[in-house]
Amino acid sequence: MEKPYNNRAWLMVAPVFALVLFSALLPMMTVVNYSVQDSLGQNQFFWNGDGWFRDLLNPSTEIGARFADALLRNLSFSVVALLIEIPLGIAIALCLPRSGWTIGPLLVIIALPMLIPWNVVGTIWQIFSRADIGLFGAALTRLGLHYNVTQEPISAWCTIVVIDVWHWTPLVILLVYAGLRAIPDAYYQAARIDAASRWATFINIELPKLQKVLVIAVLLRFMETFMIYTEPFVVTGGGPGSATTFLSIDLVKIALGQVDLGSAAAMSLVYNLITLTLCWIFFTIMTQLDRRRYA
Amino acid sequence: MGADIVSEAGLTVVRGRTQSAATGKASGLLPRLGFAIYLLALMLPIYWLVSMSLRSNEDITSRLAFWPHHPSLEKYFFILSDPTWTHAFLVSLTYVAINTVISVTVALPAAYAFNRYHFIGDKYLFFWLLSLLMAPAAVYAMPFFNLYYAIGLFDTVWAVALAHCLFNVPVAVWILEGFVAGVPREIDEMAAIDGYSFPRFFIRIFLPLIANGVGVTAFFCFMFSWVEQLLATTLTATDALPFAAVMTRSYSVAGMDWSLLATAGVLTMIPGAVVIWFVRNHIAKGFALGRV
Repeated sequence: MEKPYNNRAWLMVAPVFALVLFSALLPMMTVVNYSVQDSLGQNQFFWNGDGWFRDLLNPSTEIGARFADALLRNLSFSVVALLIEIPLGIAIALCLPRSGWTIGPLLVIIALPMLIPWNVVGTIWQIFSRADIGLFGAALTRLGLHYNVTQEPISAWCTIVVIDVWHWTPLVILLVYAGLRAIPDAYYQAARIDAASRWATFINIELPKLQKVLVIAVLLRFMETFMIYTEPFVVTGGGPGSATTFLSIDLVKIALGQVDLGSAAAMSLVYNLITLTLCWIFFTIMTQLDRRRYA
Repeated sequence: MGADIVSEAGLTVVRGRTQSAATGKASGLLPRLGFAIYLLALMLPIYWLVSMSLRSNEDITSRLAFWPHHPSLEKYFFILSDPTWTHAFLVSLTYVAINTVISVTVALPAAYAFNRYHFIGDKYLFFWLLSLLMAPAAVYAMPFFNLYYAIGLFDTVWAVALAHCLFNVPVAVWILEGFVAGVPREIDEMAAIDGYSFPRFFIRIFLPLIANGVGVTAFFCFMFSWVEQLLATTLTATDALPFAAVMTRSYSVAGMDWSLLATAGVLTMIPGAVVIWFVRNHIAKGFALGRV
């Protein structure tokens, strides 16, 4: 059914629009302002044009190399985290009972990690991954692995991935589980009549029906891994060296640590532009799926 | 007759084999084992935190212990009797509550408008909202500080509550839009024919129909606001210091007070666990009903 065209609908959107103008556009303008100026201290600013941007996007400058590194590091982290979280989330969601008294408590237990404040998550893993007093670290060391979060770049990087998987696979599980519940029984009955195997049922019925939920899960997880801040900040502080200095951490280091406002602002804008582009791609895929569904 | 039995048995086998496919549930030893291992891995870090909160600092830092040998609730009593901690806990709950109310209230009519009407710029506005969901908090920390300082809201619960609208309003609009889509448009038309004015229709008829959706949305707003730390700590200094910020302060007082930190950590999990217990049945149902 086609939606009626009515511009009075703007009245209903107006509060959201006003709030978003205030809490997103206004602050963004300050960032834009900083990004084209340089400061000599004492709140004196002068025009710097696109200087900050040119430095940032040129990998031969110090800040440019740093940004390119952080971007690459963050992208590889996001991809690895997604490759683990999405299949794992689907697998666990398939194992959940569809009804019965166990499902309530199980959902609560599974969702629990998501409800822990991020710095507490960091604190938990800070101890948990220590080789002397933490179970995770101790177990890995017992297995003969050379594991040390504060010294070994690879250990630190992998630990952040493990934390993210632990923390956020529940979101994928909840989404996929909801998607599974939405599949009408008739589809399963058809599969039963065809004597379809479990695998065939999954590939031909469940996966296509989950398409939309999965796009949302990928979108949410990709964006959040792309903005990860608190966990690496608490657990590794971005180190050792710069092994876990992801984009957000680098940004805060530049903005609040070095008070290099021009670079930080330029970096914010480029960073935001990247997320915006990726978001646009996902959004287009989503609306395409929608259109196909209604067609 | 013999053949009959054989075919019957064959049928049973087929039925037995496809039973799991028919219910859409994985059964068998391997999936169950995997599921159990996952649950164990999920619970272990949380168990470790609870266990640490019951142990003393010397005990925590001196050895690896699988359970607290001399459990004590001392740190819990300490936190619950210290006004700094209890005040911070209340502050956190307050801004989360304010934020949830604001987000759901403004998002409700917007979600309705997005689902029911076409209007100038609707697609762009929706995309803009979605893109805010992806805005790194780190980008906004600095400008937010300037903004709220300038309008005199710095170090109040309102600053944090409003700042968290940045991502919670888009989330709320997005989830609610799905629930609005689940209500047939005929109901709107029927109410109009019955002479309901729009506000009355919206509150008396429409809201009860999407009550589940409001619950689920409130849960997500609560969750995202409760766990967010970067903005909450940037926008507060003393009066409206959130729980998490008090935790970071206790790092430096005579080294790391692991036991105290763990206790605070356990306490921060309680509100979330309570809220999710209330919406546990709606989360799956809610998503399934809605567009998601």
